Amino acid sequence: MARRITIGFIGFLVLAASAFPLFAADAATIKIGAILAVTGPAANLGLPESRTLEMLVEEANKAGGLLGKKIELIVKDSQGNAEKAISFAKQLVEEEEVLAIIGPTTSGESMKLKGYFDENEQILISCAAAETIVNPVAKWVFKTPQMDSFAAVMIFNAMKKMGISRIGAVVSNTGFGQGGKAQLEKLAPENGITLAITEVYDATAGDFTGVLTKVKAQDVQAVVNWSVEPAQSIVPKNMKQMGFDVPIFQSHGFGNIRYAEAAGKAAEGILFPCGRLLVADALPASHPQKKLLSEYKKAYEARFKEDVSTFGGHAYDAFLILSEAVKKAGSTDKVKVRDAIEGLKGLAGTAGIFSFSPKDHNGLTMDSFEMLTVKNGAFALAGK
Amino acid sequence: MGADQLLQYLLSGVTTGSIYAIVGIGFNIVYSATGIINFAQGEFLMLGGMIAISLAPVLPLPLAIAAAVLATGLVGVLVQLVFISWLKNPAVLRMIVITIGLSILIREASLHVWDEKVRALPFFSGDETSSIAVLGARISPQILWILGISAVLVAGLTLFLRYTLLGRAMRACASNTTAARLCGIRTSSLVTFSFFLAAAMGALAGCAVSPMTQTQYDMGTSLAVKGFTCAVLGGLGSSTAAVAAGLLVGVLEAASISILPLAYKDVVSLGILLAILFFRPEGLFARRAAGVPGRAG
Amino acid sequence: MRPTLARYIPFVVLVGLVVAAQTALSALKLEFYLTQLTMAAYYTLVALGLCLLMGYAGQVSLGHAGFFAIGGYTSAVLTTVNLAATGAAAGAGAAAGGVAGAAGAGALIGLLSRLGILVTGTDAYGGQTLTVLPWAAFAAALLVTAVVAVLVGIPVLRLRGHYLAMATLAFGVIVARVAVGTRIFGEADGISDVPAFRLFAGLAISGKKALRVQNYYIAWAMVAAGFLLLINLIGSRAGRALRAIHGNEAAASAMGVDVPRHKLAAFLLSALYAAVGGACLVHFNGGIGPGEASVMKSVRYVALVAVGGMGSAGGTLAVSTLLTFLSLRGAFGQLDDAVFGAILVAIMLFAPDGVFAPVGGWILRLLRGRRGARGAAR
Repeated sequence: MARRITIGFIGFLVLAASAFPLFAADAATIKIGAILAVTGPAANLGLPESRTLEMLVEEANKAGGLLGKKIELIVKDSQGNAEKAISFAKQLVEEEEVLAIIGPTTSGESMKLKGYFDENEQILISCAAAETIVNPVAKWVFKTPQMDSFAAVMIFNAMKKMGISRIGAVVSNTGFGQGGKAQLEKLAPENGITLAITEVYDATAGDFTGVLTKVKAQDVQAVVNWSVEPAQSIVPKNMKQMGFDVPIFQSHGFGNIRYAEAAGKAAEGILFPCGRLLVADALPASHPQKKLLSEYKKAYEARFKEDVSTFGGHAYDAFLILSEAVKKAGSTDKVKVRDAIEGLKGLAGTAGIFSFSPKDHNGLTMDSFEMLTVKNGAFALAGK
Repeated sequence: MGADQLLQYLLSGVTTGSIYAIVGIGFNIVYSATGIINFAQGEFLMLGGMIAISLAPVLPLPLAIAAAVLATGLVGVLVQLVFISWLKNPAVLRMIVITIGLSILIREASLHVWDEKVRALPFFSGDETSSIAVLGARISPQILWILGISAVLVAGLTLFLRYTLLGRAMRACASNTTAARLCGIRTSSLVTFSFFLAAAMGALAGCAVSPMTQTQYDMGTSLAVKGFTCAVLGGLGSSTAAVAAGLLVGVLEAASISILPLAYKDVVSLGILLAILFFRPEGLFARRAAGVPGRAG
Repeated sequence: MRPTLARYIPFVVLVGLVVAAQTALSALKLEFYLTQLTMAAYYTLVALGLCLLMGYAGQVSLGHAGFFAIGGYTSAVLTTVNLAATGAAAGAGAAAGGVAGAAGAGALIGLLSRLGILVTGTDAYGGQTLTVLPWAAFAAALLVTAVVAVLVGIPVLRLRGHYLAMATLAFGVIVARVAVGTRIFGEADGISDVPAFRLFAGLAISGKKALRVQNYYIAWAMVAAGFLLLINLIGSRAGRALRAIHGNEAAASAMGVDVPRHKLAAFLLSALYAAVGGACLVHFNGGIGPGEASVMKSVRYVALVAVGGMGSAGGTLAVSTLLTFLSLRGAFGQLDDAVFGAILVAIMLFAPDGVFAPVGGWILRLLRGRRGARGAAR
């Protein structure tokens, strides 16, 4: 028995030795890394991001590549796990020697990488929403989604116009939800809104009547549902079923038509701030984002047979920013590219118009948002 | 807390509790017949919902659900035949690990068959905004469907086990396998049938909740843990006790929202599980419920 | 039983391989592999501890990721939480009238400071920070884990079979829920910016590129020490007692073995292995997320022990290193969870004693040219 185990062990060593492949670097391509949550709990974010990047890289390569060289995209599936993100980051940076990394998908992973990228002087363009990713600013770390604080203020402004002053909020227990909670609680007083109650719900639960009962008991005039997971569609349904008939506001995490479809009739009239991607058709032809949004929407929907979402748009913007910076810098020298990113102004992306600076590594303003609503099961501009 | 608020919590608790109870019953059926705790029980609810959703565009809803129940039952049979039936007297640890591995495989397989998107069946009556008043609280009619289907399943199971030949054969098999075999009962077929039954019941429950809770590839795991809690709380092997236990767990969870931060809701049911395991592992209702004897150990 | 010295052969082989791997990689300019090997080492510590518990003592644990998380989070929290803020708040609290509590907090901070276990620094916003020294945090992590292991172990280890499995599973999920639901643990984002862990003589556990080789050896030295401890334990009287318990608890008890005490000791030791792995990895990675406590992670550790052979520390070590290394490099792509699930099912169905026993048997038969029925003497 023991002998078998020993022999087996030696056999294993032989096998293990083959797990260390040797490969040669290829200087004729530009390598871009991506760490995304393609599977796992954040897959509804990471999968569109991954698909968008593949699509864009293919199109770019067909058009001649970047600076005449082919782009090689290496996507690593972190499944939303911080330790995998760290391992892949080191792998991509030290082994593959990529030019930059797009991602990660979630705020938690991004925060773990922030220090590493800044210390090792590598470019990271995150697709996660947390304010802390770019505040305080780290020289080498950028992010593409809009700031949660803008979304919160837009919601509060809309509420003020509707005469609402007392609200309750339910947020999901993920990084996005809790980031939203922090902004809502911080900005409500200075915007004249009383946030009577905030509850954090489990993003994997199936029924929220309990927590909504608690909120209803506070006599609120509106409810904010801040989440980026599919469970957010259950909240409007539960509310209507309970007879809790107050206006519902969602966050920009609602930016996927499937969420509206899942909520069905209960979604009618939901108001939420969002990038213009979802209402690209309704934009006037002269709008600087119109062409880009329409093309992205058409190409993505044709290729992947599913509706475009703002989440994929964050990866789109990251790639756009990177390639524009490389073109502007005229080289793949990391320092030059990084400086070029900071120098980008007025770049139209899916989330808005980006203008970076040494102090602003997000590049978006409140103008990047429009207030959207759900009308007859489709997204439409609110108040139009 | 007002009376209607209390009622709302109660209804919410009863709804989720009845689903946990169905999962617990599934555990009990398989445990009674085989002595195995099938960790993959929660996945059957997920499969039932997913298959029904895939069929819903082409079949009328009741047929889609029936087909899904049948198909999932067959998956249960397949699981038992391929992975479990040929093991001779496996150690408990080995079985636990195998069924955990199976639940992972089923989950990952459905991820690749259906992808990660969340889906739902249409509401059985009305739509997502329908609301009916019950003693001062307002609920969706789907909740009545869920409670009704659960009640029918439990009653049906009890009647089946008590009054039909097949049911009595299952009870005999559960009580003493050797004696049952000596009486000419084909115990191996019964074991396969018990898997079919547990899977089919789970699938029906999964369809019933799908409009409310939505169906996603990874919904099975937490359901399995909660279902096991109910099975143990009621006493492994007793299905009617599992129902009572399920309702208890559901209501306690719902009530805990008013005191604890919502983040710790699961900790409540898990705490209940640990408490029962530590202090009374034979279950709250340790007297054997009539009709479904339990298996020793 | 092997003669005394022969049982150390696997340990010597391990040390040899560790050194050989590093020398080879550095020479071939492939040092980046050391990162995943270092991370795999810390995860292997958990697997080793679990091997002791499941393989030798025969107690299943589906919640061991919980202990890894407790060790990791305790160390992370203590080395990042800013006590200066608490001190300031204590001062403000005193002014507002909460004198007793404020005085208590202030006094505690003063005591910790006099013990020399506090570290000053500046945070990203330029403010003053006061955190706990990593050594003290490490000790605290082990202490907390030990306390939890004993408190949980005493009632849980009275259970058997399914009940034990479910109780440990419940424990793991509770830890995961607390990690995700509590502000001080960073909720869903976890804890970031965990500082390096300065050991002694200029060695430090840190993720810095320049310290890669150093950290590789630190991690593997810990694994080697853990492995050595395990080998000694298994060969000792306590180890024999554990195996007796695994075989048949009643019989062991009849032979005079103090079953509950031995089980608890095994549980405690395996929890400490996990906590050491967690507390060190958190400094190497610079952070920790709630995913470390998840059920999937616990199942993975069980899978690693099962594949390596429940009763084989060396097998567990080998399998854990290889599979964790591959997983951390993304070799399984999107099928990561599926691979572990499939391995688990396959091994448990066809090779419940682990993968090396049959593989070793085949290779042996091949070498001896023996063809025939598979039933070779075991």
